[in-house]
Amino acid sequence: MTNLQLVFPEIFLSLSIMFLLILGVFKKNSSKIIQNLSLVVLLVTAVITFNETVGIKEVKLFNNSIIIDYLSSLMKIVTLLATFLALIISSNYLRNFKIFKIEYPILILSSVLGMMIMINSNDLIVFYMGLELQSLALYVLATFNRDQIKSSEAGLKYFVLSALSSGLLLYGCSLIYGFTGSTNFNVIANQLGSSEYAITFGIVFILVGLAFKISAVPFHMWAPDVYEGSPTSVTLFFTMVPKVAALTVFIRFLYVPFLNLIDQWQMIMIFLSIASMLFGAIAAIGQTNLKRLVAYSSIGHVGYALAGVATGTNEGMQSSVIYIIIYILMNLGLFSCLLMMKRENQYYEKIEDLSGLSKNHPMLALSLMIILFSLAGIPPLAGFFAKFYVFKSVIEQSMYFLAIVGLLSTVVAAFYYLRLIKIMYFDKEKEKYDTDHGLWLKFSLTFSTLLILVYFIFPSQLIEVVSRINII
Amino acid sequence: MNFPILSSLILLPTVGAFFLFFTRSNKQNNFTVKYVALFTSFVNFLLSIYLWILFDHTTSEFQFVEQRIWIEDFINYKVGVDGISILFILLTTFITPLCILSVNNSIKERLSEFLIAVLIMESFMIGVFCSLDLVIFYLFFEAGLIPMFLIIGIWGGARRVYSAFKFFLYTLLGSVLMLVAIITIYWLTGTTDVIELYSLGIEAKYQNLLWLAFFSSFAVKTPMWPVHTWLPDAHVEAPTAGSVLLAAILLKMAGYGFIRFSLGLFPVASEVFTPLIYTLSVIAIIFTSFIALMQEDMKKLIAYSSVAHMGYVTLGIFTIQQQGIEGSIIQMISHGLVSAALFLCVGVVYDRMHSRLIDTYGGIVNIIPKYSVLFMLFTLAALGLPGTSGFVGEFLILMGAFKDNFLVAVIASIGVIIGAAYMLWLYKRVIFGKLINNDLKKMIDLNRSESIILTSLAIPTLFFGFYPDPLINTIEVSISDLIETYNFRLASKI
Repeated sequence: MTNLQLVFPEIFLSLSIMFLLILGVFKKNSSKIIQNLSLVVLLVTAVITFNETVGIKEVKLFNNSIIIDYLSSLMKIVTLLATFLALIISSNYLRNFKIFKIEYPILILSSVLGMMIMINSNDLIVFYMGLELQSLALYVLATFNRDQIKSSEAGLKYFVLSALSSGLLLYGCSLIYGFTGSTNFNVIANQLGSSEYAITFGIVFILVGLAFKISAVPFHMWAPDVYEGSPTSVTLFFTMVPKVAALTVFIRFLYVPFLNLIDQWQMIMIFLSIASMLFGAIAAIGQTNLKRLVAYSSIGHVGYALAGVATGTNEGMQSSVIYIIIYILMNLGLFSCLLMMKRENQYYEKIEDLSGLSKNHPMLALSLMIILFSLAGIPPLAGFFAKFYVFKSVIEQSMYFLAIVGLLSTVVAAFYYLRLIKIMYFDKEKEKYDTDHGLWLKFSLTFSTLLILVYFIFPSQLIEVVSRINII
Repeated sequence: MNFPILSSLILLPTVGAFFLFFTRSNKQNNFTVKYVALFTSFVNFLLSIYLWILFDHTTSEFQFVEQRIWIEDFINYKVGVDGISILFILLTTFITPLCILSVNNSIKERLSEFLIAVLIMESFMIGVFCSLDLVIFYLFFEAGLIPMFLIIGIWGGARRVYSAFKFFLYTLLGSVLMLVAIITIYWLTGTTDVIELYSLGIEAKYQNLLWLAFFSSFAVKTPMWPVHTWLPDAHVEAPTAGSVLLAAILLKMAGYGFIRFSLGLFPVASEVFTPLIYTLSVIAIIFTSFIALMQEDMKKLIAYSSVAHMGYVTLGIFTIQQQGIEGSIIQMISHGLVSAALFLCVGVVYDRMHSRLIDTYGGIVNIIPKYSVLFMLFTLAALGLPGTSGFVGEFLILMGAFKDNFLVAVIASIGVIIGAAYMLWLYKRVIFGKLINNDLKKMIDLNRSESIILTSLAIPTLFFGFYPDPLINTIEVSISDLIETYNFRLASKI
């Protein structure tokens, strides 16, 4: 008898989504209630996940198609908390654009449900189902500000390209199914021996699809346009949350069925990683829109996170998880700042709009500076440690080329982060921005900045949490 | 003995900065802000004097060692001092209060932020000199970039943005390779603890590449020819206090790094690359001295002279002679005092006339006599006149160099002459000559705080010139031990 307790978080979440949907349909003007209830649902789901699954070493359910282990519990909790923060700080923004509707939190919840299924998946079909659930919700979210052409364009672009990549991914799945006779990760692992090269094709196709979802170079083209066009609150969600699920699938997919084929996929991963790091760093230099810049910077950061996965070791994978957690924290801070740049109901997202921020809003500028230095990976801020762990695991595998290219691209990347700091601190001030921000926005900025700043005092805690992941 | 004196030294300025952070800066309380900062840094100075008194200079062991687990099974927070590092800590704590005292005229706006940056900088620099773990060292070494970037960028001159970027990116580029090397050392030996690494040693076949990686970082920071170009830019654009910090302390981090890590960890490679260092040092001494001769901007001239002086330092370190290394350390201390003083001297006339060009001045000896006397003293110290601390350092370095390589020593000695030429010519053009520019007549002589600053720099310059024993006693044993281990490990190839 399957133990349903372990998938209780997912069950609870899906029931809540249905309930909220019905509530939204029958009750007029219920967007505020639904927003608040969704926040509660997210927190409760996180608590349930923590209670029910954290202590579990490894359990497989439903004919081994779903796996509950420490990795999945941790990543689910990270996803839920990141979503909680992303949702709570965006309400003012949504109200401002008059898109504070009941669909918004519900769509976010559904995509979170998709991500949770992705994270849990131990089977190609389950994984694909989760992926599509989250993607479909994300397409709609990208077009959420439908009166704006850019937003609609972003959603359409995302949809078309994403559908293409899903096609490739499915083709890869079918190849693997054809040669191994199963879609289950563990069964595939046992069936590898005979047809190694044929399976490699399947792996390549699936990696292409995944690289698209996580926006790694050379499958990144959609990211800048979509990030720029979508409403900022959605961009915030895009840059943080889907990456967690995609990274988990990367890890699970490469480490469980195909660890023995590491010679086949390692080169691909190294290429994805190096290309993303370099391209992200170089392309961001020319940007004038902050959201586009963030898109390129997130491409770069994905490159670092993938470098850890490319090592094929437990330490490497753990360092990637640490990287993505710290990255989420930094992005949360960055977007809190973006959401604070508002004057008379208009949001500013050009780089020049930062000009002289340090004179008008010293605390905001200081926080943003700390976050930017951290993104650039300057010690003693958290971003440095994230990179440090990744490169430590990379060098332990003697992958010096990857390490050196990666570190050199941090120098290039430092340039555009410095440029933002320069504009904030060295340039002439402009008009002041509004200061009446919501409590949660202030909280999330302070929270993330402080954590980034004092991370170096307690670096062991995060490592301890992550080092319990063991899937090899 | 349980009092964590080194951690207090590191933390105290940060605590001061924290207090300043909560003080809003405006016209009225600029006074308060400055005195809080001054008080903090002065207490830190007293604390470091106390450290020097307690310091036992008969042993080369690390003293006042503190160790705490930081990242489990990986890195320990470990600090300690020996004869080599303690003088740099003293230099840092001595220069910082003077910097803070000097901001009276030069920093007009955002004073409290400036002082916060200076104090945090002090914390990081003390951290560099007493960390006994490679990762901790790297952390402090790199973290110093942030406050310095802001000091140059916010309070600098006309081309401040360019200079700040150049400074930051040059140094960062140099340092990332060092990070790769540090991780590699961890991977090879299983530890990043400097004391353990001293006893373990690193296999000879890895040393060359690791040495080069460390070198790339230190060479930029020293700065050695041909990667010195960031220094003149940074100096010219930085505010006076920033130039002082940069010249007096930041440049010393690399010299210290060469002694502590390049010689200490990679003796085989150091032997291999000594010719490289000699060549670059000699080029730095001769070539940049000539460049200094041609400068029209006073700050730029002194910046190039710094490059030349650091050329002596690297030359002295890699002679691997007792005198050579002692000379290098004394030269660094002396350069710390003298170049700080020279930059402050330039700052004094700049505050009055708002020009750093040599042409602006001339014939001011009768208008500002006190200033002229002190400026004279520091000029002579910079060119290494006997009786000033500059002489002791240069003389010991050249002695060490003659023992090791005659040709190099001869060329380096020629550099001393050119050094005398550009410094004296500078002095002549600024202070003596005919008074052409009538605006100069309105110049006021040193005010009280300027006198205090320059005098307190002049005293140690002269004192250690006549009586360098306190310095030499402190470093002697550590250096002879360092050389002994070096030669022993060179012979046994680890």
